[in-house]
Amino acid sequence: MEHPALPINVTVNGKARAAEVEPRLLLVHFLRENLGLTGTHVGCDTSQCGACTVHVDGLAVKSCTMLAVQADGADVTTIEGMAEGTALHPVQEAFQEQHGLQCGYCTPGMVMTAAHLLETNPEPDDDAIKHALEGNLCRCTGYINIVKAIRWAADQMRGQHASS
Amino acid sequence: MSTEQSNPDSLIGASVRRVEDPPLLTGKGCYVDDVKLPGILHVAIHRSTHPHARILSVDTAEAAAMPGVECVLTGDDIGDLVLRTPMVAPGMNMPDHPILARGAVHAVGAPIAAVVAESAAAAQDAAASIQVTYDSLPVVTDAEAALEDGSPLAHEELDTNFCYSMKREGGDVDKAFAEADHICRLHMKSPRVVAMSMEARGVLAQPDPARNELTVWLSTQGPHRARADLANSLGFPENRIRVIAPDVGGGFGSKGCVYREDVLVCHLAQKLGRPVKWMATRNEDFLTTCQGRDQAMTSELALSKDGKMLGLKVRVVANLGAYLHSATAGPPQRMLVMAPGCYQLQDVRVEIVGAFTNTVPTGPYRGAGRPESVLNIERLADKAARDLGMDPLELRRKNYIQPDQFPYRTGVGVEYDSGDYEKSLSEALRLSDYDQMIRDRDEARQRGELVGVGISTFTEPSGGAGFESGAVRVERTGQITVLTGSSSHGQGHETVWAQVAADKLKVPMENVVVRHGDTTAVQQGTGTFGSRSAVMGGGALATAADRVIAKAKAIAGNLMEASPDDVVQTEGGFAVAGVPERNVNWRQVAGAAYAKGTPAGMDPGLNETAFFDPNREAWGFGAHVALVRIDPDTGELTIEKLVLVDDIGVVLNPMIVEAQVHGGLAQGLGEALCEHMVFDENGQPRTGTLMDYAVPRASTMPPVVVGETETPNPFNPLGVKGVGEAGTNGAPPAVANAVMDALSPLGIDHVDMPYTAPKLWRAIREAGKG
Ligand code: FES
Ligand code: FES
Repeated sequence: MEHPALPINVTVNGKARAAEVEPRLLLVHFLRENLGLTGTHVGCDTSQCGACTVHVDGLAVKSCTMLAVQADGADVTTIEGMAEGTALHPVQEAFQEQHGLQCGYCTPGMVMTAAHLLETNPEPDDDAIKHALEGNLCRCTGYINIVKAIRWAADQMRGQHASS
Repeated sequence: MSTEQSNPDSLIGASVRRVEDPPLLTGKGCYVDDVKLPGILHVAIHRSTHPHARILSVDTAEAAAMPGVECVLTGDDIGDLVLRTPMVAPGMNMPDHPILARGAVHAVGAPIAAVVAESAAAAQDAAASIQVTYDSLPVVTDAEAALEDGSPLAHEELDTNFCYSMKREGGDVDKAFAEADHICRLHMKSPRVVAMSMEARGVLAQPDPARNELTVWLSTQGPHRARADLANSLGFPENRIRVIAPDVGGGFGSKGCVYREDVLVCHLAQKLGRPVKWMATRNEDFLTTCQGRDQAMTSELALSKDGKMLGLKVRVVANLGAYLHSATAGPPQRMLVMAPGCYQLQDVRVEIVGAFTNTVPTGPYRGAGRPESVLNIERLADKAARDLGMDPLELRRKNYIQPDQFPYRTGVGVEYDSGDYEKSLSEALRLSDYDQMIRDRDEARQRGELVGVGISTFTEPSGGAGFESGAVRVERTGQITVLTGSSSHGQGHETVWAQVAADKLKVPMENVVVRHGDTTAVQQGTGTFGSRSAVMGGGALATAADRVIAKAKAIAGNLMEASPDDVVQTEGGFAVAGVPERNVNWRQVAGAAYAKGTPAGMDPGLNETAFFDPNREAWGFGAHVALVRIDPDTGELTIEKLVLVDDIGVVLNPMIVEAQVHGGLAQGLGEALCEHMVFDENGQPRTGTLMDYAVPRASTMPPVVVGETETPNPFNPLGVKGVGEAGTNGAPPAVANAVMDALSPLGIDHVDMPYTAPKLWRAIREAGKG
């Protein structure tokens, strides 16, 4: 079952990474095992839960649904790349402020999905937020505070833009 | 740290933001699969594809020869290693629970062979290559069918599918039924559902052969109990095992017991002398982690014609699945204490029977028997009102236990500590604008629309189940360390325990650190389940804090040359009463405690541990109201309004409490609307992945109003009651009653949850034919 490893070059959280990987290696396993970026989680085996969501070239992608070799040449951002130093991304801050997480397992995927939503739609209503979360499951929060957090983050980000 | 609170002086009752969030938000959490050790070996398991079969042969030759494979084991290789579980009822039938199957399998997913390899992928490849030949045996999946004469046996080795039964009776039930004007009858089934914590189960074990020790990282709700259970199954001393529950990605009851894979991984680590890890795939989690509910309830409620409840008979048949885990027999036992609900019922008979089937084992899942008990009595109350042509509110009010009757001993011999059911009901009616809702419903009904209103009022026990521990250690520099046996898997204990300790000791929260989830760091403990933490862990912590304060006062008095009786607490320390300038802070007191500064005859140190057991459960209560609409053409159900009022006593952190209600509600709505673990007649699971099993998504959640009333619990130091399961217990019966109300014009009496569109559509069609 072994196939020759293939070389890939990926930028992850702003850092250039070169590796030789098995062709069947999933992006999520490349991030977790090869790069030690364990903030990206695995919650299912059928691409339903969204715990593995990362940004690939600016799109929110389920990293369990993509091969590492497909990310060759791509720019990938994971949850570890969202804060700038100790300053949390507004979506991260919002999740703490609005208590949008309990066990935290779905949280990285939720944050990545939400951040992508707000980049494409800075003023989403609740329906748009819920729609964006269709591919992200949470078993702890009942989503109520997650939706609130995303709304709160949207307000903060618009406020920041207005004042800057 | 931002806070909102009614009493600005008190940290108890403040919505303090969680201290556990920053790592979890930045990808720095550490769940079992994130623990990195050099030289980890990975385990993959070949599992039964048959629900019931004799194993004729297992061919592991190809697997053993595959690259990266360290070894392959079958049941014969690990001998008589079994999962040991306690006998909870005398004469209980207990089938073998071998770590790897020996001779036969009794459910799809039962482990047959284990592969250990250098990578998870290599282990999975090899496990897939294992060939097993089976001789199929007859199968039973339904618990009531399993108890019928001539049913196929779930275990050939047992000559019955009966596991255990228990009974409770009070008053004179037969007389009550003989005198009744009306008997309301109902047969219901609660759907089998899956805990589905987002982090599946996982375990990593690291042996230390030189020291004869074993460290286990386990995704568990109770590391201390897990350690004892592992010790028992492995035959290895408990005090040489260290169990660490790192960040745990949800449990909801299902991670309260140890599983075969946990024992297997520990065994392999010791045998091979290397760290060994197993992480469940989602599909494995569906097939092996204890599932919830799946109880059939047959009930009769005796009434006078004016709606007075006279007597109650309940028989529960619980589907235990194929094997017994430590708490598999537990959930149905809740009916023994909860059957009468909020009502003055003295003539009560409850019988529960557990049966084996060729399905995944069941066990505690959020509510753990409470949801079934509430569903049973609240559906009965509604149906009785309908039978008698009474208003369901009036019937309930007529039978409520009244506030001045507490503590109240019910017909099943259980004492409810406190309650005021009218209080939560009237608050729920107010918040839902109930009368208007009823008028709107009646108008809609005139137009032929299927609209219904439902309520459930309930009381639920929390806490209990043994003891909990808490320790408060004032370090030499005056910093505070809290050690709790009540380890968290998402509930926010680190924040709430720090609030409680800081409030009691009058120090800033930042000075308090909470340690949990490590059997080496923390004294013996029990864990988090059954809405017990605030009552039990909080009670232990408050007791330990009081002891530390008492000792600190004595030391402070010694330092200030005052009698301890004259010493009062101040912000950050102590002073002589009425003389604020004579004061010492915690740092000075702690310094003295560790440096010969204690009064004569007093031991040095400032470190108190409390083991707390109130010897009774705390009874919370609430009232939930639902307004639903059903599309007559498609059967699609919409919840238009949902109001939840819970009385949980003193609220430690309102933000966290409300979120617990949200989470419990989502799981309850999953059960009411969409979740159902289905086995076909051949015993094959048909909903073993997230493609087939529907958990609520963000868009599933209806508009919700969460209200509260606050009646402090008199029997624990903080006055609290549990809340983790309130939404799961109260909301589904309210929805069920609303659905039945909506369908009542069609003459439909009862439909079991979940209310999926096809199911309701079929019920509507059938009614139309009649
Ligand atoms: S791990 Fe579930 S969607 Fe990727
Ligand atoms: S916070 Fe636990 S799964 Fe979302």
